[in-house]
Amino acid sequence: MEAFALILAALLTVALVLFVARPFLRAAERQDEHLEDADPAAALRLALLEERDRALAALKELEFDHRTGKVSDDDYRELVGSLRREAAQALRALETKEVGKGERVRANVRR
Amino acid sequence: MPELGRAALVAALGLILYAAIAGGWAAFRGRRRLLDSAASALVAAFAATGVASLVLLAALAARDFSFEYVARSTSRELPLGYTLAAFWSGQAGSLLLWLLVLTGSASVAVGLNRGLVRDVLPWAVPILGGVSAFFAILLVFIASPFVTQAAPADGAGMTPSLQNPYMMIHPPMLYLGFVGLTIPFAFAMAALASKRTDERWIVATRRWTLAAWTFLGFGILLGAKWAYEEVGWGGWYAWDPVENAALMPWLVATAFLHSVMVQEKKNMLRVWNVVLVAGAFGLSLFGTFLTRSGVINSIHSFTQSSIGPWFLGFIAVVAAASTALILARMTHLRSRTRLESLVSREAAFLYNNLFLVALALTILWGVVYPLVSEAVRGVAVTVGAPYYDFFALVFGLPLVLLMGIGPLVAWRRASLRSLGASLLWPAGVALAAGVVLLVLGAGSSPAGLVGYTFGAFVLAAIVLEFARGTRARKSLAASGWLAAFTGLVARNRRRYGGYVVHASIVLLLVGAIGIGGFSTTTEARLAPGESLAVGGYRLQFLGADQRRGPNAQELRANLAVYRGDERVGTVAAGKNRYLAEQQTSNEVAIRTDWLRGEDLFVIGDRFHADGSVFLKVLVNPLVNLIWLAGFVFVAGALVAMWPDAREQRRLAGRLALARA
Repeated sequence: MEAFALILAALLTVALVLFVARPFLRAAERQDEHLEDADPAAALRLALLEERDRALAALKELEFDHRTGKVSDDDYRELVGSLRREAAQALRALETKEVGKGERVRANVRR
Repeated sequence: MPELGRAALVAALGLILYAAIAGGWAAFRGRRRLLDSAASALVAAFAATGVASLVLLAALAARDFSFEYVARSTSRELPLGYTLAAFWSGQAGSLLLWLLVLTGSASVAVGLNRGLVRDVLPWAVPILGGVSAFFAILLVFIASPFVTQAAPADGAGMTPSLQNPYMMIHPPMLYLGFVGLTIPFAFAMAALASKRTDERWIVATRRWTLAAWTFLGFGILLGAKWAYEEVGWGGWYAWDPVENAALMPWLVATAFLHSVMVQEKKNMLRVWNVVLVAGAFGLSLFGTFLTRSGVINSIHSFTQSSIGPWFLGFIAVVAAASTALILARMTHLRSRTRLESLVSREAAFLYNNLFLVALALTILWGVVYPLVSEAVRGVAVTVGAPYYDFFALVFGLPLVLLMGIGPLVAWRRASLRSLGASLLWPAGVALAAGVVLLVLGAGSSPAGLVGYTFGAFVLAAIVLEFARGTRARKSLAASGWLAAFTGLVARNRRRYGGYVVHASIVLLLVGAIGIGGFSTTTEARLAPGESLAVGGYRLQFLGADQRRGPNAQELRANLAVYRGDERVGTVAAGKNRYLAEQQTSNEVAIRTDWLRGEDLFVIGDRFHADGSVFLKVLVNPLVNLIWLAGFVFVAGALVAMWPDAREQRRLAGRLALARA
């Protein structure tokens, strides 16, 4: 019984080691050994896209809250202007940063 | 086959250490293949831990007493279900379950998030490996379930109070909750380490946090049900340190689930959120330490062991490393957005967070103070229920009120006039409910009356939110009421799932106040044929009998139950004498009246030689709403965590654009 257990343990260990070593065994297929370095431009773009989505979602939520009666007409008029300005600012900032990618961003925003 | 179990655990430890060290090196040096290999090591460690778990389960099923663990926790007479549940009833087995769930969750979390947070993953893998390594080290060197011995003829059996169906499910639920909190912690710390502090780590771990929180919450209620039936004092929650151990991380995780919405909507509270995630994880470790170290004397704590200092050391390391990382990345976490008004949804979330964290810290102090007192002054003190009850009231009632107000306040700012108009209906319903309850005599418990009134306010606010939302959706989509309702929930599952969870908290509150403020108790020594009256019931003692159960001698007092002149049933309360364990337990009788939502709760306290019995009988009104709350809570949580394909597409699109 003990020998059988030890054989099973050895087989298990070999299988697990092979499983963990797979990325190295398939090394030849890999083109990009290095992880991507932090791309400050992509990070900034992501932050601006988050800002844009946040502003658009806030506008959408305000419209819905106004429709449900949670936000009064006066509060709505007061809030909608500043939210639209924020959304426009976010879109402008994105377009400024999006040299060569502006069209795609605008297409996405329109969608 | 203890050798296979030991070998599997050693292999798991090796793989986990590899995941931690190689993963850390891969993240530091930017090596992709090494990172992939380290992530695979987490999966392999899960497989190895799975093999070790199967070996232990097989030993339990075979009642192989050559395993010290099996001999210590089971016996030949123990029913198979409890025998298998012994997997997590003892120290080593529960640590093995921790490791199994942790490596499994880590593997799935890493596998599912390769796309969304692929630049955060390099640091998440070593952090998950580091946490797993701690438990693997404990299992290999300190508390192995695979220690063998010359097999005795029979095992020592299981503590009688653990021989309850709820104990087969309550501990795994808590472990799933405790362990689940590791995932958001690991990804939050990885986001800090990799300086990717955008919203993605929150999105990637949101469902993990919700799932862990749900398991923890449901596990706490299952534990309460166990205590209600098994411990037999007539209550459901006693502020026991081990109960509190699960409640504290649940409260902090609740705070996080609310404050994270402020970060998503307003990009605020970014530092606060990582502090909450780290706090919830630290408290889950502290909870495991309390349960497993034997440092406290609790009805829920079943072990005395030497793992306490190890746990304290690990908690200290986690706290120090998290604090250092948060401080080091403070510039990345600062937000430019400020709170615009003290009357706004985000402000309501902030107040809710302050009350939740204050309650968690108050409970923590109540748990820690006796330990500190004993360590520093050598004086053992007890922090009793009045301390906790007071703070539960002081922080809990405003929290309930906020559950009603919060959903009705708009984001950014709301005028007091607009807020007043929104609150009018719920406040009117609450007032009417309060007056009716007062007339019905609920004024005997002022705190209970306030609690019920606040509960009515919250329920009215929830109904109003659903009604107004459905009406708006109907006019927007030009659809029928049902389609409008389902569309409303489907478009914002977290919000409306959250409201269902709020409703469950109100149910819990109503049940807790019912049993805490309005229960009736009586005690009497009855000879056969004699009766006692309590809360509209009359119980007649018919006599006592003894019978042989599967693994215990059962002594029961049989009582006929009357309501008015009508005999509505029979109950049998008494004691079990467990043969292998040589211990006696109280076995209460509970008769549930579903229409009234109340329990008739009978404790057969003492049996006398002359054939009489000393009984304690309680009528617990509305207590069953507490258990119902558990199911409503899970239903709401499921709605909230159900995947939203539109959101996934939006996130994927945003990420693709950013990386383009």
